[in-house]
Amino acid sequence: MRYLMLIKANAESEAGGLPSEELLNEMGRWNATLVQAGVLLAAEGLSPSAQGAKVRTSGGEQTVIDGPFAEATELVGGFWLIDVTSRDEAIAWAKGCPVGDDGEIEVRRVLESDDFGAAFIPEARDAETRLRERIADQHGS
Amino acid sequence: MTVMGDAEVHRTLDAVWRIESARIVAVLARLVNDVGRAEELAHDALVAALEQWPADGVPDNPAAWLTTTARRRAIDAIRRDQRLARRTEELGHEIVVPGAEVAAGADATIGDDIGDELLSLVFAACHPVLAREARVALTLRLFGGLTTPEIARAFLTPEPTVAQRIVRAKKRLAGVPVEVPTGDELAPRLTSVLEVVYLVFTEGYAATSGVDWVRPALRAEAMRLGRVLVGLAPRAAEVHGLVALMELQGSRTRARIGTGGRPVLLADQDRTRWDQLLIRRGLAALDIAERLAPDPGPYALQAAIAACHARAASVEQTDWTRIAALYAELADRTGSPVVELNRAVAVGMATGPADGLAVLDALADEPALASYHLLPAVRADLLVRLDRVDEARAELERAASLARNDQEAALLTARAAALG
Repeated sequence: MRYLMLIKANAESEAGGLPSEELLNEMGRWNATLVQAGVLLAAEGLSPSAQGAKVRTSGGEQTVIDGPFAEATELVGGFWLIDVTSRDEAIAWAKGCPVGDDGEIEVRRVLESDDFGAAFIPEARDAETRLRERIADQHGS
Repeated sequence: MTVMGDAEVHRTLDAVWRIESARIVAVLARLVNDVGRAEELAHDALVAALEQWPADGVPDNPAAWLTTTARRRAIDAIRRDQRLARRTEELGHEIVVPGAEVAAGADATIGDDIGDELLSLVFAACHPVLAREARVALTLRLFGGLTTPEIARAFLTPEPTVAQRIVRAKKRLAGVPVEVPTGDELAPRLTSVLEVVYLVFTEGYAATSGVDWVRPALRAEAMRLGRVLVGLAPRAAEVHGLVALMELQGSRTRARIGTGGRPVLLADQDRTRWDQLLIRRGLAALDIAERLAPDPGPYALQAAIAACHARAASVEQTDWTRIAALYAELADRTGSPVVELNRAVAVGMATGPADGLAVLDALADEPALASYHLLPAVRADLLVRLDRVDEARAELERAASLARNDQEAALLTARAAALG
């Protein structure tokens, strides 16, 4: 199943400042880890909202509102699309994202018409059962 | 440390285990030079986490905790073996302890080259000394983090059978060095790895028996494994070829299941439902495969065929001439009558049903296809286009009687009935 990890913008990214070299390197390493684990499908970073716009429809009327937008922390700064087996796995990956001391990653499941069939759903089974099975595996062999 | 409820600890541990277990087992396997033993040691660390984390809290870096714990246990085990060996030696016997030579410098060498360690583990799990089913089970267990019951369910095999396969496989591997093959050995060993991954994919794509037509978890697992392999062996053209093939075939997944789980044939699929992201990824991987090896291998050739479909807006706009040529190349390479069968379909589309039928007739006495349902099914398609309806109906009925899958049999019977 696919999850979108959204990283929130902050005052710095909104001001157009690039992350420190250290953070860029960390981010590069983290991206490489996602690739090597075979889970990364796509990832992009977004430029400051000053370069974007909102197209708002209200009462059937459309208006274009130029950026920047207030409330930097409500804005998306970038995303990763990953293919994993459970929400917990997505959360475990999100925890590894280098955000420095303050940051927020929002983890959202992508709707898929071909969601896992009923016969074999890893997530629907509780983790404790799986752990028990893993340990039984070892004792059995 | 983070304090959580037991259920949350279990969920976190399960997720971390899925992400980290292959890497941990790989590190240990290199250290003790025994895949089975490495898995046992890794599981010891899992049990330790299960005992300690609910009481002490989840460590800040759970992956590092598991790796360190497992590594300590491995080093303890090696030292125990060394002491035993020394004592045995004093008694006048000679025992070679695998992994003993690395124990001294173990702390310094571990983790230096994770990619290489993971790759050695893949090669061990897919070692040709193992039966194919054993390779598949072991790979899914070591890399997919699938448990024995899960593997058994996915392959409709009794659990004890799968458990036995894994036990035997690990015993068989006990004396086999855990390393990346080199020289002349590399190509056949890589073929064995790719075969296992593709087998998992095709099993996930269309089950060969039973009513559950798609096993999405297996398919997803194979695709993940393929992407991992690309990272581990970026210069191997066929790895990219296999990934391209899986991404391109995988892109059609949601279009190939109709209402009631019925399979939808390529020609009838709603192409707007094909996954454009996977198509893009597949085409990019194919491009790399073709640049790495101008003379493409079987996976790259199959991916090139899948790419012809992916690029076409409809059946009519498909480059069937190129597909027929690619199948001819693939038939040359593999000598497979199934490939020839596919070439017959492509020729039938490129230059007309009579030409397709001519290719097919050459296969009539092929023993490998004697009970293969697609031979009469394809014949039927060509016969319909030649207005030979009675012969077509008979072929479809024959095909339905040979199908190994309830859904496919139903589809073929329905098509026979539709001919009136």
